[in-house]
Parts: sequence; C-alpha cells; structure tokens
Amino acid sequence: MTKDYLFEIGTEEMPAHVVTRSVKQLADRTRKFLKENGLAFKDIKTYSTPRRLTILVEDLAEKQDDIDEVKKGPAKKIAQDADGNWTKAAQGFARGQGMSTDDIYFEELKGIEYAYVHVKKEGKKASDILLGMSNIIKDMTFPTKMRWDSNDFEFVRPIHWLVSLYGNDVIPVKILDIVAGRKTQGHRFLGDSVVLASADDYVDALKDQFVIVDAKERKEMIVNQMNDLVNKNNWTIKEDKNLLEEVTNLVEYPTVFAGSFDEKYLNIPDEVLITSMKDNQRYFEVYDQNGKLINHFIAVRNGNKDFLDNVISGNEKVLVARLDDAQFFYDEDRKYPLSHFADKMKNVSFHDKIGSMAEKMKRVKIIGDYLAKRWNLTDNVVSDFDRASELYKFDLVTQMVGEFAELQGVMGMHYARLAGENEEVAVAIKEHYMPSTAEGALPETTVGSILSVADKIDTIITFFGAGMIPSSSNDPYALRRNAYGIVRILLNQKWSLPFNEVLPEIVELINGKTPAKLPKAGEEDEQIALFIRDRIKQYLQKNNFKYDVIDAVLASSQQDPSQILAAAKVLGLHHDDAEFKPVVESLTRIDNILKKAKFAGHQNKVDESLFEDNSENELYAGVESLQKTEDLADLYEGFVQLQPVIDRYFDTNMIMAKDEKVKDNRLTQLNNISVLADRLGDLSKLVIK
Amino acid sequence: MADKKLNIQTMIFKLEQFWSSKGCMIMPSYDVEKGAGTMSPYTFLRAVGPEPWAACYVEPSRRPADGRYGENPNRLFQHHQFQVVIKPAPKDIQQYYLDSLKVLGIDPLEHDIRFVEDNWANPSMGCAGVGWEVWLDGMEVSQFTYFQVVGELDVKPTMSEITYGVERLASYIQDVNSVFDLEWGNGVLYRDIFKQPEYEHSKYAFEESNQEQLLQFFDIYEATAKRLLDQNLVHPAYDYILKCSHTFNLLDARGAVSVTERAGYLSRIRNLAHEVATKFVEEREKRGFPLLKNAQDKKAGVEDD
Repeated sequence: MTKDYLFEIGTEEMPAHVVTRSVKQLADRTRKFLKENGLAFKDIKTYSTPRRLTILVEDLAEKQDDIDEVKKGPAKKIAQDADGNWTKAAQGFARGQGMSTDDIYFEELKGIEYAYVHVKKEGKKASDILLGMSNIIKDMTFPTKMRWDSNDFEFVRPIHWLVSLYGNDVIPVKILDIVAGRKTQGHRFLGDSVVLASADDYVDALKDQFVIVDAKERKEMIVNQMNDLVNKNNWTIKEDKNLLEEVTNLVEYPTVFAGSFDEKYLNIPDEVLITSMKDNQRYFEVYDQNGKLINHFIAVRNGNKDFLDNVISGNEKVLVARLDDAQFFYDEDRKYPLSHFADKMKNVSFHDKIGSMAEKMKRVKIIGDYLAKRWNLTDNVVSDFDRASELYKFDLVTQMVGEFAELQGVMGMHYARLAGENEEVAVAIKEHYMPSTAEGALPETTVGSILSVADKIDTIITFFGAGMIPSSSNDPYALRRNAYGIVRILLNQKWSLPFNEVLPEIVELINGKTPAKLPKAGEEDEQIALFIRDRIKQYLQKNNFKYDVIDAVLASSQQDPSQILAAAKVLGLHHDDAEFKPVVESLTRIDNILKKAKFAGHQNKVDESLFEDNSENELYAGVESLQKTEDLADLYEGFVQLQPVIDRYFDTNMIMAKDEKVKDNRLTQLNNISVLADRLGDLSKLVIK
Repeated sequence: MADKKLNIQTMIFKLEQFWSSKGCMIMPSYDVEKGAGTMSPYTFLRAVGPEPWAACYVEPSRRPADGRYGENPNRLFQHHQFQVVIKPAPKDIQQYYLDSLKVLGIDPLEHDIRFVEDNWANPSMGCAGVGWEVWLDGMEVSQFTYFQVVGELDVKPTMSEITYGVERLASYIQDVNSVFDLEWGNGVLYRDIFKQPEYEHSKYAFEESNQEQLLQFFDIYEATAKRLLDQNLVHPAYDYILKCSHTFNLLDARGAVSVTERAGYLSRIRNLAHEVATKFVEEREKRGFPLLKNAQDKKAGVEDD
C-alpha cells in the first residue's frame, strides 16, 4: 500500500530569488532521506510561493520492507579461537548485522563450516520515519538566514506553520514550538486558512483561497495575461526570463496590469528609463511595433482585479517620482563640460593601495599606445583611443551614475555623444567595461577593444603589484574575469600578445609614471603570465577542446593566445585523422632522441656538405620550406607530407653517428623540426588511439 | 480609497494610538541630531541585552547629502520616520503592521501590498538585520527589519523594527506629488514649516560648513565619547557618538571625505558603537536588568491569578 505525503513549510515572505532553489533543496534532501531510510516512492513534486515551500511525495510506501534473510559470515576457524571463544571477526560480523554473537550458528558449505545469522526485522512504519522531516528543515541552507524570537534556530524567514499529511493522517513533525497539522494558510489578504482532509486536496484547496501553489502555473498565468495586454495594445515586449522568474516568486496570485507615464520623459536615454522600471520597480518595459521604447509599462500585482485602478495609479505615481529624479540628474549632468568631470578623477580612488582613477587613466593610455603600435593600428584608431583614455571613467562622478551605478559606461557614452565627441570615442567609453560577465558580449569596435584590454591589463598588473593576488577561492576584484575578458578580446580581434615578452615591457613603460607599486620583474610578471595562461585553458575548456589537445598546446613555449587557440584548432580538427598517429609519433620520436642526446639546441645551421645520403637532402629541403609557413593548418599539412620523409631519414641514417660533426649536424636538423612542432604544442601530451 | 483628509499629525496620532494598544510606550523624539530613527538610544541601545522593550516615536532624520535646497519634491535634508521597535518581536508583527495601515485608511484589499526582500545593514554602527521594504502599490512606504546584530553584538531575543517613512506615506494618503504640499496639521502646510529650513540647511551643508572646524569637531566628539566610555557614562557617551556620526555626514555632504578616509571614519564610529553597546549591557546587568525583572514579575503575577 502506498499514499501521497504532503509537507509544507509556511513562512513569512521569502526573498524571490531563494524560493525556487529552496524548494528544490527541500525535495533533494527529502529524496535522500527517504532513500536512506528504505522508503520507496514514485516521485516528488514541488510547489512554492513567497510564503511556502512544499513537496508532495507520490506513492510513498507505508513501511520499510521487512527483512528476513540469512547472512553468511567468516569461516568457523576464523570466528572462534582454539578455545572456542568468539574472535573479533565474529563479533564484528554479528554487530554489522545488528545481532549478537549469541545469534551465530554454523553450517557447512563445500566442506567448510561458516558462521551464519538469521536476520529478521520488521520494517519501520513511514509514519514513524517521517517525523524525521524536522531534521531536514534544520539542515536546509540559505544565502542569508535569521534568528527570530529567542531561538538560536535559523531559517530564511520565520516559520509560522507546518502541514504534514500522509494520506489523510497528520504526521506531527515538530520544529521549535510549531507542530505540523492539516491547516494551511490562504492568500494573505484574499484568502482564509483552510483545513486539508488529505494530501491530495492541497493544490485545489489553496486555489480556492487565491494561492496558485504551482510556480509553473503561476508563471503561465503571468505570461498569458501579459500577452493579452500586449496584443490588445499592439505593443511588443522583450523576453526577460530573470525578471519573469522574480515576479513569479513575488506573488501568490498574479494579476497583470499596464500603466503609463508622460511622453516627455522619453527624452531620457532608454537605459535609464529601463533601469528605473526594471531594477527598481520590477516592471517590464514596453516597445512599439518598430522596437521603439514607449511610455507604458507592464507590472504584476499580488491579488485579483478588484480595485486595480488604485494599484495602477499608485504605481504610475511612484514611477513618475523616479523619472523626475532621473530627469533632474540628466539635466544637471548636462550643464557641465566633460572636463568638469574628468578633472575630478584625481579625487576618485581606484583602490586605496594603488591610487586614483586619474593615475590609472594615464597608465592605460601608455599601455594602449604601446599595444596599438604593436598591432599596427591606424592613426585614427590611436587618436580616438588617446581621447577616450583621457575621458573614459568620467561618468563615475556624474549624478546619474551616482544614483544608478549599473549605468556606468552607458551614461559616459551618452554624455560624450552630447558633448560632440566622435562616435568611436563615445562607444569605447561604454565598451571598455565589456565583457561584463565571463561569457558576456565583447566590445564591437576596435577602439573599445583596445581600451578594454589596456584597462584590464593595468588592473591586473597593479593588483598583482600591490600584492592582491587572487587565491583559488577568493577573487574579490574579479581579476580572473578581467583576464578572461582580455583573452576573449584578443582572440576576437585576432591580436597577438605573447605575455611573457610583453608584460615586462609594459611594466617598464609605466614604471615611475605612477605611485602604484608594480610587479617584480622576473617574478610577479611571470605569475601574471601564468595567471592569464590559466584563462586560456578556461577558454579552451569552455569551447570543448579535448583535454589532451589543451594539455599539448599549453605545454608548448607559445605565449600568444591567438597562436595557442590556432594550434588547438588544428590539433582538434585532425585528432581523429588516420595520418595523425604516424605524424605525431614521428615528431615525438624526434623529441625523445633530442632529449636522450641531451641536445642543447644550439643555433648552428644545418651544414649540407656533411650529408651522406639523399634522404638527408630531402628532409632538409622539406624543413626549409616548412620554416616559411606561417599558418598552423599549413604547418600541420606540411608535417603530414614530411612524415614519410622523416621515417626514411631514420631508416637510412644513424643519428648518433661516430663522427661528432655529422652527429651534431643531424641533431641540429632534428632540432629544427622540433622547434617547428612546438608551435603546435607539446605533442607527447596527446593521447592517440 | 484612503481618507484624503488625514493630515500628518493625525496620521501620527493614529499610529501612536495603535502601537500603544500593542504595548508600545510613546517616546519623545531624541534631542541629538541623527540620520535615522534606528540611531535613537530608544532603538540602538535598547536592542542589545536581554531586556524586553517596546516603543514608538517620531524621529526627525537628518541626511545632509540628500538636501536639495527645498527644490526637489521628494528629497529632503531632514525627513521624518515613525519608528516602532518591539523586543522580543511578536510572532504576529507582520499582521500588526498591516492592521496599522488599516488604521490609516489603507485597506490591503484595495491596494497591492508586498514584502520585498531588503536586508538592512548600517556598517558604521555595526548593525545588520533581515527583512523587507514594504511596497504599497509599488511605493516603498516602510522598512521592516528583524535585528540580528547591533553594535556588533548579537540581538537576542530578536527585536523587530518598523520604520514608516512619514512623508512618503503621507504623500500617498493625501495624494500629493510634492512633500511641500502636504498638510502637517490644522491647515498648516509642510512648506510653511520646512521649506525655509530645508533651504538653509542645504546652503549650510553644501556651501557654508567649515571643513576644518568639522574635522576638529569630529576629533573632539570622538575623544569625549571615549573618555566618557572609560567612566562607564553610557548615555552621554552615546550622545557624542551620535554627534560624531552627524559630523561625518556633514563632511561627506561637502565631499570632504575621500574614499580612503571614508573607510577610516566609518571604522572609528563603528568601534565606538561596539564599545557603547557592550558598556550598556554591562551597566544594565549591574542594575539587575530592571526591565527583565519587571516583565518576569508581571508574568508571574498573571500566572498567580
């Protein structure tokens, strides 16, 4: 026999962002608990609102299975010593079965006597086991927990009631002074408390009390009502899963409504209007058929349609107050030239231990100019970059960003445009924050990309220099994300940057031009190069390269992310080709010989006059032409062509020739190949079937 | 719809009456400048230690940086909070709060009332709590907090704090767009009382304050607070800590505090806050936690009946 088991934790309003994951946690913990206790069930359904976390265990067994089985233990000669006393082994065996040595009997199996016990236990009842649900509540974790009353016990918000029903029967789970029963609470304003006859009444009984306990159903109600409004008014909206999830968990009974604001506020940049509506008020912004933002919004009420006009006019009033504020900031900020704000950068701290924003901006200009030269960027790009680097943090001291910190960069762009800065400069100011998340969008413009890279390189160098180096668990300044952003931008722009070579040069350039402490040469700068190398690894993993390919390309002496990625692509592409194995084997054989010969790799040229066999000329010619190959895909193809030549070379010639000169010449030849192969990676790391 | 004629002082009477019926003492506003009702000794000091406490009061709250010369319809140098603190927090405190809105003519069935997560923290006073901002048709009208830590001491039993934004709530009830159009009482408007001080205080805070002098004040107030703490004179010490805090706010409004210095000042205030909270509990203990004893006697009396 099975019955459904309902368990509901009733609380004061939980934060919207914890509801979904907490009810999942409750289900996971319950599933584990029931499995550990040997109680069979079909499935666990979850229900949740801001005021309740609920699970319904379907078809839960009424008791554990009875145990009636014979267990075989150690042989008699091990179970008893010469005097017939029970050994430790026997005692352990009995204890392990929940029995005592008195229960042991012997029986012969294939001529040997063994110890046995007959274990017979009646399964515990579900109604007893379920009392342990109180421990599940105690074990639950939340981002923030609280105490209430005089208790030490902590939960996400105070618990007010528990429902615990197995079929029709109450299982009186107890937490603090709250004993579970069959009474649950309806909507805070529209509903009443309701007594459940059985676990299966839950969903419908609460629906009658204006609580939609199924979060999915609640979300669908919101989406449907929203679509009705949008279609009726010929509007469009943009999907926002996070906001939809949040509003779903802010209400028990959703009613969607639309409000509007005066068109005069549409002069304020869209991003400001959207932030005012979305982040502060949890409204959805509305667009016309052409995708233009218009003076309406959509919001969700926790209640029914009664007195909806009050709710609409109240919300409109709140929004207007916010837009008035935004308008005020927008008007105030535009009264000043950009230089007014840029001049204040010397008073804005980048970090206590590093110095001011003005100093950072100076360093970033130097770094960007150096990079631009390296990458042969045009004079236009350089002059736009220079201008942007003089301005780009200025919006931090505008009133608008003071109020809406999340609009940093965006407001800078708008204000720069209004001040007549050219478009490249304006957009770069916005784009230098990108990517703002690990996989977030990258800067699209060249100037934005170089500003972003220079800004991030400076951040990493100065933080490492000041000794604030991220640990595996702690990276408060998001240096990993910064480094990952650099790698992604370099790859996107196909910019080459061998870090081991470049970092000391950059440190040297900014040295003395800023009070910031800089990384020690040959020590911390190498640490930074490794730190960035780890981000290249992260990039390759994220893009599903095989682990052996990743190991191979990262073990090479190659430092440039673009080259490393190109190598990974070539190795990844040909990894399963028929000729991959012989090529890699030939090349790793060369490395092994060089290693064995302890060849130091001196820079002697191969001397053709020392050749004794035609195969040597053949290989020499092949390597000569491959050395001119820039592209790694061509290089690999070249190795495929060269592989039979290499094999012939080995078949015909003794590398470790008696004549030292010949030997050296041959090792030099092999070393040239090895240097070429290293551009693809340390091929010995490859796993080839 | 809410009664449009409910002016601010009637609103305050009604709240006082309501919370008095729930066992709160009606306290006068505390006469030292402060940024929030929480900083009144009737909240900050009474939050720590084992003694029960239930009080409500109006608190003028000075935020120099929010001054707008009386020109912004919603931002003020000084606004008013109606503060309710009860320790231990009653189990039905949320319901009490909703009932108090009904007293003001706000029927939850006719509006959208929401408890939206907002965990409150005041790092400069070593305070943290868990709770919500309460939304009335999308407008934040109150802050609702279960104190967990005050002056870096665990609050046990937990104290509930409800802070009504008087101007916000009144603007809603009287349906005006500018706080200056509110009726304070007996036909006198908010502007007639507060417009001039708003202008003058803003002028002072942003233009006329003397930074050198304020920096000196801060040091003197801090030294005085420390000296008084050494003598176990908790309440005068606390007054000087409040003065430190307000002086810091004035400096901040003037833009006289760099980001680096800011952290330094805040930690100086936090250290004082921790010390005064600790001293308060010690001094109450020396006196046998009188309010705890009262409550136990009362309870015993009830049980004897």
